[in-house]
Amino acid sequence: MNRSILRLFSVVVVLFALLIVWTSRWTVFSASALDHNRLNQLGFYASLKVKRGEILADNGAVLARSVKAANGTWKSVYPQGSLFAQAVGYYNPQENQIAGIEQTRNRALTGLQSRQASLFGSFNGTPQVGDSVYTTLDPKGQALARKLLAGRVGAVVAIVPQTGAVKVMYSNPSYNDNNLGAPCPANAAHVGCQFNLATQGGLPPGSTFKLVVTAAALNSGKLTPNSTFAGPSPLLVDGIPLHNDGNVSYPPGTTLTTALTDSIDTIYAQVGLRVGAPTLQEYMKRFGFYSVPPMDYPAAQMRPSGEFYNGSFVPITNPNMDVGRTSIGQGDLEVTPLQMAMVVAAIANNGKLMEPRLTSRVVNSDGETVETIRPQEYDQVMRPQIAQEETQMMRHVVESGTGTLANIPGLNLVGKTGSASLGACVTGVRVNNVCPGGETYDDAWFVSFSESDPKIAVAVELSDIPGGYGGTYAAPIAAEMIKTLLAEGQ
Amino acid sequence: MRARNWELISLVPAALLVSAGFAAVYIQRANQLETVSLIYGAIFLGLCLGAHIFIRVTLPHADPFIFPLVAVLACYGLVMIYRIDGATEARVQAQWFVLGLVLFAATIVWFRDYRRLENYRYLIMTGSVVLLLLPRVPGLGVYSGGAYLAIHLPGITFQPPEFAKVGVVIFLSSYLRDHRQALASGRRILGYRIPPLKHLGPLLALWGAAMLALVVIGDIGSSLMFYGALLAIVYVATDRISFVIFGMLAFGLGSWFLATHIPHIDARIQDWLHPFNPALYSAPLGSYQLANAQFAMAAGGLFGQGFGQTLLYIPGTTNALIPFPSTDMVFSVITGDLGLFGAAGLLVTYLLFISRGFKAAMLARDSFSKLLAVGLSTVIAVQVFVIVGGVARVIPFTGVPLPFVAYGGSSILANFVLVALLLLVSDRARRPLSDT
Repeated sequence: MNRSILRLFSVVVVLFALLIVWTSRWTVFSASALDHNRLNQLGFYASLKVKRGEILADNGAVLARSVKAANGTWKSVYPQGSLFAQAVGYYNPQENQIAGIEQTRNRALTGLQSRQASLFGSFNGTPQVGDSVYTTLDPKGQALARKLLAGRVGAVVAIVPQTGAVKVMYSNPSYNDNNLGAPCPANAAHVGCQFNLATQGGLPPGSTFKLVVTAAALNSGKLTPNSTFAGPSPLLVDGIPLHNDGNVSYPPGTTLTTALTDSIDTIYAQVGLRVGAPTLQEYMKRFGFYSVPPMDYPAAQMRPSGEFYNGSFVPITNPNMDVGRTSIGQGDLEVTPLQMAMVVAAIANNGKLMEPRLTSRVVNSDGETVETIRPQEYDQVMRPQIAQEETQMMRHVVESGTGTLANIPGLNLVGKTGSASLGACVTGVRVNNVCPGGETYDDAWFVSFSESDPKIAVAVELSDIPGGYGGTYAAPIAAEMIKTLLAEGQ
Repeated sequence: MRARNWELISLVPAALLVSAGFAAVYIQRANQLETVSLIYGAIFLGLCLGAHIFIRVTLPHADPFIFPLVAVLACYGLVMIYRIDGATEARVQAQWFVLGLVLFAATIVWFRDYRRLENYRYLIMTGSVVLLLLPRVPGLGVYSGGAYLAIHLPGITFQPPEFAKVGVVIFLSSYLRDHRQALASGRRILGYRIPPLKHLGPLLALWGAAMLALVVIGDIGSSLMFYGALLAIVYVATDRISFVIFGMLAFGLGSWFLATHIPHIDARIQDWLHPFNPALYSAPLGSYQLANAQFAMAAGGLFGQGFGQTLLYIPGTTNALIPFPSTDMVFSVITGDLGLFGAAGLLVTYLLFISRGFKAAMLARDSFSKLLAVGLSTVIAVQVFVIVGGVARVIPFTGVPLPFVAYGGSSILANFVLVALLLLVSDRARRPLSDT
């Protein structure tokens, strides 16, 4: 009988081994699949019980905080509401909604980043507390941007060229992230209430794009600031006549510097063709075109910039592209205000483009910094002396060209205007809910920085200003932004 | 070292476990629990020590590890119940432990010569069958989850299969001791020895009874438990694997028939196969419980989320995320809290306990004792396999109590009787020959 007893015992051992194997299966081998099963609500329930860290402005002002809700759960509130909504985003687990910095820094905010797992979990019964995230955003600059836009559809982006820190990212219309259920304003309804024009708008950059063409022309060695052109108006470009503003013709011997200063379209169309699509394509990529901006912001809330044709981005080398018109920021070119801020920031930083950053560091509940988000170089777009040459050209724009309204004594601003017509319905926010048919709406731009104190680079975009020039509408806003932000930095 | 000193030393892990466990739960929820609840832990340890002294006096030769292993399992359960439900259920459970220990002592005193049980085997068998059928008595039975598992008496709910399993094992051991030779012999037909119908008859009747229990009570888990014990005892008694194979085929056939004809058993199988099917998940008594048990286990990982961290209720509500956390689903809560290590530790403890039971069977000097010890150990093994295998989806889920761990009085009482019998067998087996 003992032999049978031993055999029987081995059967029992096998049965128990099966139990342990299956338990290992669920706890270890298939655990990740189970964790991500869509019926699994554990992560969501756990998140309700987390007191999320705060999202703070660069001066410590609270942009998002977790407050006690019913039954030991927490909810996020946003004291600044629409002023920071686009950058900060929202966290609303009940509806499984998350966006903005709340999304990109979710791990830190829920404390998953620095939490020490313990065999006995949290002993003292206090809730799990997340880490706080400092943003690079400047409340004063943000408020000023909103004030200067004065309710018009548009966007302001300000970047510290040397670090990529985004000081201001504001666009109209905004929304209240405390009340996501609120109806959309009529002019945002077709793109969604939470559309961020600064990162999602697909807008023609107009003449501000000449900065990209200039950088390509100079750095490739194909042209110098003193290269000369004739600027007749009209000029046949891609078989269609192109007119200068006011149909003014410029004589042969006009320099590239003058062409930028007075924003001569027929010359820049020739410059672009001279530089050639492949070189232009390369420099656009160096400036960050054709990629989702490398910013710590959800990719779903950003849009690449570039030639947008038949619903997708195509290289400028595509035979369907009008290189001449692209060179003056028209054609099929669609850019975001963030992209143009990156362009001007790279010029301000001796040709070195830094990745834009919305957050600077993560601190734990004891106030200790647990993570510093370091500046990261994106590309050396051009040689430093080329950047300086281009800066000199931009100085003429402000001193004697199209951007004189930004010529504020003592600030030494340099910049570039842009005035594009929105003939077609482009991705963006319209004044009216309906896409304009035939009417032209103008898109006014100004990108700028201070030559003597290049610590802030700004891009200002105003949509839908009929007959509006960048130099008239956007330049004063950019100048005011830089003045205030630089004064703050003193 | 003498057996009883080993036993005393082996109680140390239980003591550590219960102290650490209660302290952990207490610290974690100090705001909700009273200090007095800690005393239950101390009382429990005192009881274990008392039982040890009792064994020292009455059963000096018994296996020294059986009782400490039971104490570890009971501590594990008590701490888990304390963690799941706070002081209320833990206090009730502790009271059942006291009663269980009293019954344990009584069993040892009354059946000091347990072979006397053989005289009452038909009475015991009849009693067991009556117990099993009680839940079907109108007004007495409790219908839950498609099965009649419990009966209601004023004040208490009582689970008859727990007692019936001990009775059935006693009967089978005694019956097969008498008939094992006859069953092993018999005429050869087509190369197989078919035992005489006179001896085979009662076995067939038992098979029928197990099937009947399945139909009448609708409880596949308990049936499996009885049937496992039956096959184990038959196999050890006759040393004939063909009986086991025939028995398993017969049970499989019966189960298949029932699965296709009894809706709730078929539903259990569907839940087992497709717990994450949204339709089954949201169906009443569907796979919700099983799926969430799985999620809890996955959350536990290798080392667990920590004591008390497995989510049992939907936050902000009183809706259960894991229904029956202290009974049916206790294994998933253990795995969620303590991870694979905690779960495997528990299973290994069971295996050690079962191995001591088998050891007692091997050392026993008479067939009845051997069969009894094998049967009692196997019944625990199968029971653990049925419930843990159900929660871990090795097999379709059926609710039987996890022995010594799950919340519930009848289970504790019955299992203490079972342990008392094992110790009696062991003591007799290990007694020096001159003593007998």
